[in-house]
Amino acid sequence: MELELKGITKRFGSLVANDRIDLAVAPGRVHALLGENGAGKTTLMNVLYGLLQPDEGEILLDGQAVRFHSPKDAIAAGIGMVHQHFMLVPVFTVAENVTLGIEETRPSGLLDRRKTRKDVRELSRRYGLEVDPDALVENLPVGIQQRVEIIKALVRQATVLILDEPTSVLTPAETEDLFRIIRQLTDGGTSVVFISHKLKEVQAIADTITVLRRGAVVGQRPPSATEDELAALMVGRNVQLRVSKEAAKPGEVVLDVSDLTVADETGRVWVDGISFQVRAGEILGVAGVQGNGQTELCEALMGLRPAAAGQVTLAGHDLTHATPAQRLRAGLAYVPEDRQEDGLISDFSVADNMVLDQYNQPPFASGINLNLGAIASRAAELVTEFDVRTTSAGTLVGTLSGGNQQKVILARELGQDHKVLVASQPTRGLDVGSIEFVHRRIVEQRDHGVAVLIVSAELDEIYALADRIAVMYEGKITGFRPPTVPAEELGRLMAGGSDVAPDPAPDSGTGTAASSPASGAGT
Amino acid sequence: MSEQTPGPDSPAESGGPTVPEGPAVPEGPAVPEGPEPEAALTEIAAASPDSPVQPEGPPGEDGWAPGRARLILNAVMEGNSFIVTVLALVAALVVGGLINAFSNTTVLHAWGNFFSAPGHAISLAWDTAVGAYVELFEGSIFNPHTVSALFQQASISAAIHDGYLSAVFNPLSETAVQATPLILAGLAVALPYQAGLFNIGGQSQFIGGAIVATYLGYGVNLPPVIHVIVCVLGSFAGGAAIGWLVGELKARTGAHEVIVTIMLNYIMAYFLSYLLSFHYLMQAPGTVNPITAAIAGNAHLPLLFGSHLRINAGFLIALACAAGVWWLLERTTVGFEFRSVGKNPSAARVAGMNVERNWVLVMLIAGGLAGLAASTVIQGTDFTLNDQSFGTYGIDAITVALLGRGRPVGVVWAGLLFGALHAGAPLMQAATGTPVDMVQVLEAVVVLMIAAPPLIRALFRLRGAGGGLQVLARGWGA
Repeated sequence: MELELKGITKRFGSLVANDRIDLAVAPGRVHALLGENGAGKTTLMNVLYGLLQPDEGEILLDGQAVRFHSPKDAIAAGIGMVHQHFMLVPVFTVAENVTLGIEETRPSGLLDRRKTRKDVRELSRRYGLEVDPDALVENLPVGIQQRVEIIKALVRQATVLILDEPTSVLTPAETEDLFRIIRQLTDGGTSVVFISHKLKEVQAIADTITVLRRGAVVGQRPPSATEDELAALMVGRNVQLRVSKEAAKPGEVVLDVSDLTVADETGRVWVDGISFQVRAGEILGVAGVQGNGQTELCEALMGLRPAAAGQVTLAGHDLTHATPAQRLRAGLAYVPEDRQEDGLISDFSVADNMVLDQYNQPPFASGINLNLGAIASRAAELVTEFDVRTTSAGTLVGTLSGGNQQKVILARELGQDHKVLVASQPTRGLDVGSIEFVHRRIVEQRDHGVAVLIVSAELDEIYALADRIAVMYEGKITGFRPPTVPAEELGRLMAGGSDVAPDPAPDSGTGTAASSPASGAGT
Repeated sequence: MSEQTPGPDSPAESGGPTVPEGPAVPEGPAVPEGPEPEAALTEIAAASPDSPVQPEGPPGEDGWAPGRARLILNAVMEGNSFIVTVLALVAALVVGGLINAFSNTTVLHAWGNFFSAPGHAISLAWDTAVGAYVELFEGSIFNPHTVSALFQQASISAAIHDGYLSAVFNPLSETAVQATPLILAGLAVALPYQAGLFNIGGQSQFIGGAIVATYLGYGVNLPPVIHVIVCVLGSFAGGAAIGWLVGELKARTGAHEVIVTIMLNYIMAYFLSYLLSFHYLMQAPGTVNPITAAIAGNAHLPLLFGSHLRINAGFLIALACAAGVWWLLERTTVGFEFRSVGKNPSAARVAGMNVERNWVLVMLIAGGLAGLAASTVIQGTDFTLNDQSFGTYGIDAITVALLGRGRPVGVVWAGLLFGALHAGAPLMQAATGTPVDMVQVLEAVVVLMIAAPPLIRALFRLRGAGGGLQVLARGWGA
């Protein structure tokens, strides 16, 4: 089926989310929509899926103008969508989720479970989407849940499949699998609209790449276009993917962690007696496959989890059993891994979020009185300094794009006096422009003599930022390396290879690395 | 969806509860079609949350610029939560009127003869429904008969002296008296709600405050002004102790506050019965009834407008507490923490706030507010404590907080509205035979409608957008 969008325009108040967008998706092709967060990709797809009504423009299916008043219409027309956050019922089985809403019944009026299971199996076989129809969705790793979503769309006879940021929740191995599935689908004649802001992935899978910026189409390129060219189109200027930085000038030890052990409520040990030091003016990058204790390490450093053993000192102060508030006052700045959950209060304004951990400090408060004037002027200052794109400081943070939300957190954490910065996944889900911004700020911190600890699942980020790399595996640090270390060696350490022994079997190691994060990423 | 574009309904949430829609209020009820009793309309206008905004732009003939009509229409069509609230009231009045008209035996009899005298049945039904609301209005806001009685007096001084002037204001005074504990107890629900807790324990905290206030009222001898203040503070402490217990249990053990407060309601009710069963405890000497001795005159809350009107300083306490709660929430670091903990406890914890301590503190204050509600009843109107003194304040408080959308200002208006319904009910029953339970039906329908904004929108064909209300309903589901 030939799908064409013509002059689609969608406005929200004064904001033009989509500005006369033209897009044609040929049958059996993968059409990638590339753009920064907030470029209007998702809005466009919501228009196509009937969730939003366009203010102008039309949707053509095989040359026929159609109007979708709801997703129901879109589904009937053969359009399927896999949302970034899955729309599955966790306590239902795969087959039940697939059949939900289009349940087949036997003449007696009972659900025809057998037929549903058969359908799921058949689809799985045809497209290589191995899924057990009787498995409970909540027990499945994210990658498999995504397959269930795809099967849901296929069962409803989708000939155009929209995948909204499909790889953002996947591990590299799962991404590879997804790409294989996409190729199988397109071989069968299904068209795929692939929404992403990751250049490499788009290049790997797309037949055509349309780049969106600020709600408008800024160009269409073949996948052979260079990464630099695509990045430049996306952000509207040439982006340096590597931050330029001077060599570090490490000073005194500021953050000293020795034999730290962290366990959860069930007694499972996540951080197993690790020791490291971060000096003023250096960036220690913690690399590792997710779910190997990095999250718990950061939370323990912030005082959100008790230390079962060991010691944490900050500039000579013992903080092992300090509360988060005491750590903040001692000079610890913290950028949490999950900004929506731990970093921001989405129902609060940008201004309130910018003082979220300083609201009771002067000049924002005197006694218990809040000084709203000081909060507002502080927010105005930080909005300019950190280039937060918001209509006003009174806007609810939840309405900002991911990149701007992260800027709000950085503005808050970096805008105050601190000696140590702990940042976990500081650029997750951000577009190229925002990543560069965040990286530059972090290096700036280092140059001002802050001791920085970065935890990231992206090796590129670790290489770009770190002056020293520590690799975590199953709660232990398997080795420290300079940033000049080859990626293969880091990979070996990330898979649990011993620090001293020469590489015995790299392949078996990668296998562990690929499969273990599947469960961790699902949380 | 990674790109959260500002949806059309987000501004509704941030909008102030009352101010922006001000001009729309008087017309709000007039928009939906249907036979609306005139008196009922007047009553809404008078009792509805925004009547004081009225003077700014009288809804009369001259105030009808086209632009303004457009504004009103938009406000109605967008169906933000304030309009939903008003429409819920309208719907409640209609439903109440119908129930009234079709449950009255005379009217039912007339319907039986519908085909011989159709007009009779309809007019009788209409008269019954409207009549009840007219009496409700006269009992709670203004009764014209009292004015005519005033003019029949020989002289003004005689009129004042014999209480005829007071009689004119008596309905309003009664409304205020009834509203006072509702506002305070409503705040005791609204405040914890802002911190993410659902306080169903208004009753137990009320009893806690009542026990202390009553004991201090009859058990100790203190000079005039001091005695009142000691009793009022005592009631706060009594309620706060029970509220603190709830918060402490939640903070230490994770016990859900809904379960704990419900259980404490029973415990405190039976504890009160126990106290009132023995003369050596709190039962009044020389009686077999479960009642305490009367509190000392010094402990009475002072009347505000003379001996003929029951309105007393308790009303001022309620208003002051509402203002205080607003200030606490919006202007202090304490309130900032409460709201942070309510909206996103994990982010609050990361930001260095002690979530558990906030739970304890907010429940302590809430309990104190419920205790103050008891003080205004015991020291303001009843002067003794019996085993039924707590009435239904605990449950009514939830209703009031819900109608007030969990905000102090809203709670005041909601408290006044329910106070008016309670104040007018006895006259309604006396004059028209409509049972006082009708008031509870009205309240129940209001709450039902408030709790189901989509239903309201469907009923009045409003476009989507729920605003804070949906959030409120959702938050309380937990």
